Amino acid sequence: MTTRTPVAKTYKLFIGGAFPRSESGRTHPVSDRKGRLVAHVAWASRKDLRDAVRAARGAHGAWAARTPYNRAQIVYRVAEVLEGRRAQFEDELGVGGMTPRAARADVDAAVDTAVYWAGFADKHEQLVGGVNPVAGPFLNVSQVIPLGVCGLACPDDGGVAGLVGLIGPALAAGNTAVAIAGGPSALVTSTLGEVLATSDIPGGVVNLLTGDHAALMGWLVDHADVDMVDLSGVAPEARGELVARTAENLTRSACTEGREDLATIQAFCDVRTVWHPARI
Amino acid sequence: MTTALVRDGDRLHGDALRAPLAVGGVDAVALASRAARLAGRSIKRESKSAGLELTVRCIDLTTLEGADTPGKVRALCMRALHPDPDDPGVPPVAAVCVYPSMVPYAVEYLGDSGVHVASVAGAFPSGQSDLAARLDEIRGAVADGAHEIDIVINRGALLSGHLDVVFDEVAAAKEACGDAHLKTILETGELGSYDQVRLASMIAMAAGSDVIKTSTGKLPVSATPPVALCMAEAIRDYEAQTGRAVGLKLAGGIRTSKQALGYLAIVAETLGTGWLTPGMFRFGASTLLNDVVLQMRFRATGRYARPDDLPVD
Repeated sequence: MTTRTPVAKTYKLFIGGAFPRSESGRTHPVSDRKGRLVAHVAWASRKDLRDAVRAARGAHGAWAARTPYNRAQIVYRVAEVLEGRRAQFEDELGVGGMTPRAARADVDAAVDTAVYWAGFADKHEQLVGGVNPVAGPFLNVSQVIPLGVCGLACPDDGGVAGLVGLIGPALAAGNTAVAIAGGPSALVTSTLGEVLATSDIPGGVVNLLTGDHAALMGWLVDHADVDMVDLSGVAPEARGELVARTAENLTRSACTEGREDLATIQAFCDVRTVWHPARI
Repeated sequence: MTTALVRDGDRLHGDALRAPLAVGGVDAVALASRAARLAGRSIKRESKSAGLELTVRCIDLTTLEGADTPGKVRALCMRALHPDPDDPGVPPVAAVCVYPSMVPYAVEYLGDSGVHVASVAGAFPSGQSDLAARLDEIRGAVADGAHEIDIVINRGALLSGHLDVVFDEVAAAKEACGDAHLKTILETGELGSYDQVRLASMIAMAAGSDVIKTSTGKLPVSATPPVALCMAEAIRDYEAQTGRAVGLKLAGGIRTSKQALGYLAIVAETLGTGWLTPGMFRFGASTLLNDVVLQMRFRATGRYARPDDLPVD
């Protein structure tokens, strides 16, 4: 009797709509709870980060130019495709140490979060923007505009919901994203790229790097072409120094922790107010 | 003025050549493999910094659009003089390359800065017009103050075997240039094989070109590492036979610092470091300059730089 050779998956990065290995050639072993090797995950270097930011910048104009309604449809599609692959995500969360019940709850939360932010995409401006009352012969309009490229430190122990909780509001607001996660979330971060690649998200709008926050976040906050960083996944004691460095190049920093509220999406956009002379 | 340039086996014969010129052939597979190896070579930190600085000094900053205006040429000239507005340590580029109608403006804006004005001429980019008109265009650009003239060879004549026509037209252009430098564009994307590229290089050099250049930048396929290597080898072999050193210009599709450093390695390994000067080697490019400046900023600050911080034209 012949035994079948197992075909193991190569976990790679997701940059510009493609799945490259790390430029550095580095990988990181991932073991299950019993210590058995499950996979090698690509381990991103600073050059992968640079490539991801370049891809995100290149994709931003077209993504921001889409109507919020269209962005909503695309983010909703992510929820649909995610739901269809829940078994794989639950398995990979199990490898990371979650119980089956916790893994199921995590995927539920990720899908629901994607739906939440899909709904927000075309409602946000109605809540925040609009015509302002002013005491003068002017039309005063506040408009919501995206920030550009957002660097997202997703929590290593946050599962799929931790990723979608930061990527969702960034996309809904019209930004492109470079998301970084490692540790127990490495496998699902890599697999989430396959979901995004098959759910109408244009290449480069979301870029996923599996790696080490300590090694990559310094390069990210120093990068002059990153407009905003969310430090939710960075250890609290390391945040202060990174926030100080964002001030050097006027990068906005936030720590939304994946909360589902208006303040979160506000962290991912600017409000531009225009005064225009009105006819009396 | 026909010279009856003929190819006899491996050699070119003609009245205008002092001695028969060996052309030789090209092993396309070996060429591609050697070019890939040289262009992919790892270049370490200090050499990379020197290479980036050299790249800036060797750039022909180019705008060749139907929509060019004096204002756009002025912006280009300012970038040519100050590639990084925040760092006066970044040297000016070698030249600004424009259409003949823009030469007077470029001459005015660049003044006596030492940055040359290069003009395409001779019915660029096709070359498909009457020879007298092409030569008049060259003379006009030189009279307006262009230091360098970029012309195209007659690809139709080359591909149909009229080597003497190609030779005579380049020789006439050289004469029309007077003191200006003649850069002859082979438009390698239309030549079909490396053997033809080598043949065209030899004819262009024999006819008096000061520099041979890959492409107009108007075709989807422009400079590639194998073509650069092929032309560099032709220059090396021509110098060995005649003693005259001809320059090389690579143009079209060179957008990143990494590509530029690869080409510098090809030139240095094939022709020697004597060619790594603005007088003997050029990049024809527009977007390359900002990418090099971004790399230089990264080297200076340790932070990745923002493309939107640099001027565009």
